[in-house]
Amino acid sequence: MKSLTAILVILLSLFSFSALSQEESKISFSPKVPKAVGAPHPEGNEFMRINHPKLLLHDRDKALRLGDREIGNSLKECVACHAVEGEDKQPVTYEDPQYFCRVCHDFVAVEIDCFTCHQAKPDDSILQRLLLERPAPLKQSQAELDNYLQANEQ
Amino acid sequence: MKNFTSKHSKKNNQATITRRNFLNTGMAAATFSLATGVTLMAYASNNDKVSGKTSRWGLLIDVNKCKSDCNDCVKACSNENGWELSEENSKTDAQWIRKIDLKEMASGREISLPLMCQHCESPPCVDVCPTGASFKRSDGIVLVDKHICIGCRYCMMACPFKARSFIHEKVPESQKKSGSPRGKGVVESCTMCVHLVDEGGTPACAIACTQTGNEAILFGDLYDPNSEISIRLATYQSSALRDDLQLNPSIRYQNF
Repeated sequence: MKSLTAILVILLSLFSFSALSQEESKISFSPKVPKAVGAPHPEGNEFMRINHPKLLLHDRDKALRLGDREIGNSLKECVACHAVEGEDKQPVTYEDPQYFCRVCHDFVAVEIDCFTCHQAKPDDSILQRLLLERPAPLKQSQAELDNYLQANEQ
Repeated sequence: MKNFTSKHSKKNNQATITRRNFLNTGMAAATFSLATGVTLMAYASNNDKVSGKTSRWGLLIDVNKCKSDCNDCVKACSNENGWELSEENSKTDAQWIRKIDLKEMASGREISLPLMCQHCESPPCVDVCPTGASFKRSDGIVLVDKHICIGCRYCMMACPFKARSFIHEKVPESQKKSGSPRGKGVVESCTMCVHLVDEGGTPACAIACTQTGNEAILFGDLYDPNSEISIRLATYQSSALRDDLQLNPSIRYQNF
C-alpha cells in the first residue's frame, strides 16, 4: 500500500510538473505585444488585430486617391501611438525587432514593406495630440469596409 | 483665340477649359464660360469626398522674376519631400524640380525657370501606366501611387518634360519625411506638395520663392475666378510648356 501511494505521488508530481512546463512554454512562444502610449481603441484590441490591414488599405486609398485626410486610421497615428522606446529612450525604427509591428509579424513570419517608404519613427506633434485625446471611433462600418476591399480586390 | 477645350474634353473628367480661356475676352468667351461653369459643378457633385472637388490647383511662374542664381525652390522641395540634392549622381538622382537656363538666340534674351511635373490635364504618364499607379486626382494633381507602382519607368519615357525620376537606392530612415513617403524601386515626381495642399497649405517651392522676395511662383486654384492666379492669368499673357502637345498643364509660365 505504501509503495502504491509513493508511485501515485510520483506520478502526480510528474503530471503537474509537465502541465506547468507546458504553460511556461506557451507564454514564452507568444509574442509580447508592447503597450501603446495613448488611450485604447474604442473597438477593442481583438477587432484591431483582425482588421488593421483592411483599415490601412481602405484609408490609404482614400487619402492618396481622393485627398481625404480626415481619416480615422492614418499610419502616422499608428506609429506614433504604438512607438516602442529603445535602450536610448528614443523610439526604435523598423530595423529593431522590438518595433511594434515586427513583434507579431516576425512571429508569424510575415514581412511588411510599409516602412521601406513610410517613416517608422513617430512625429512629435502627432504623439502629443494622441496623448491628449482618445482614438476616434471608426467612421465606416465593418460591412462597408469589407465591401470596399472586396470590390477593389484584383 | 485658341480653343483647346473642344479637342480635349473628357466626359468623365472635370471641365476642361483653362481659366485663361474662361475669362479672356469678348462675348463669345463669356457665353462659353457660363456653359463650362455649369458643367464643372455637375461633375463635382459626383466626387463629394474629394478635397478639391471644385478646384484645379496650379502654379503660375513669372519667368522675368525668376533669378538664374537662385535655386531656393529646389532646396525647399528637397527639404520638404526628403529627396537628396547632390551634384555627384546627377544622372540618377531624384529631380522633382530643377532650374533651367534658356537663351533666345535671335535676341540674346536669357531666362531662368523652375521645371517640375506640369500636372497635365491629359497626362501621358497616366495613359501609359500598366498598373494604374500613375493617376490624376480630381483636383488636377498628377501623382504616383507608390503602393502599386512596379517601377517599370514607362511613365518616365512618356513624360515630355522629363519630370519623373526613379528611386534607385534605399531611403535611409533619417531622410524619410512623414508627409512624403518615398522608397526604393518606384517612380516619383512633384506632388505639388499634396500633403500640404490637402490641409489648406501652399507648396514648398511657392513659399520659398515668396520668402526670397522674387515672388516668381504663385500657387492657386485655376477654377476659382477670384483667386489671384486666375486674375493674373486672365489679365496677362501666359503660356504652357510644349503647348503644341495640347496637354493643358496646370503649371503656366508668364513672360516666357
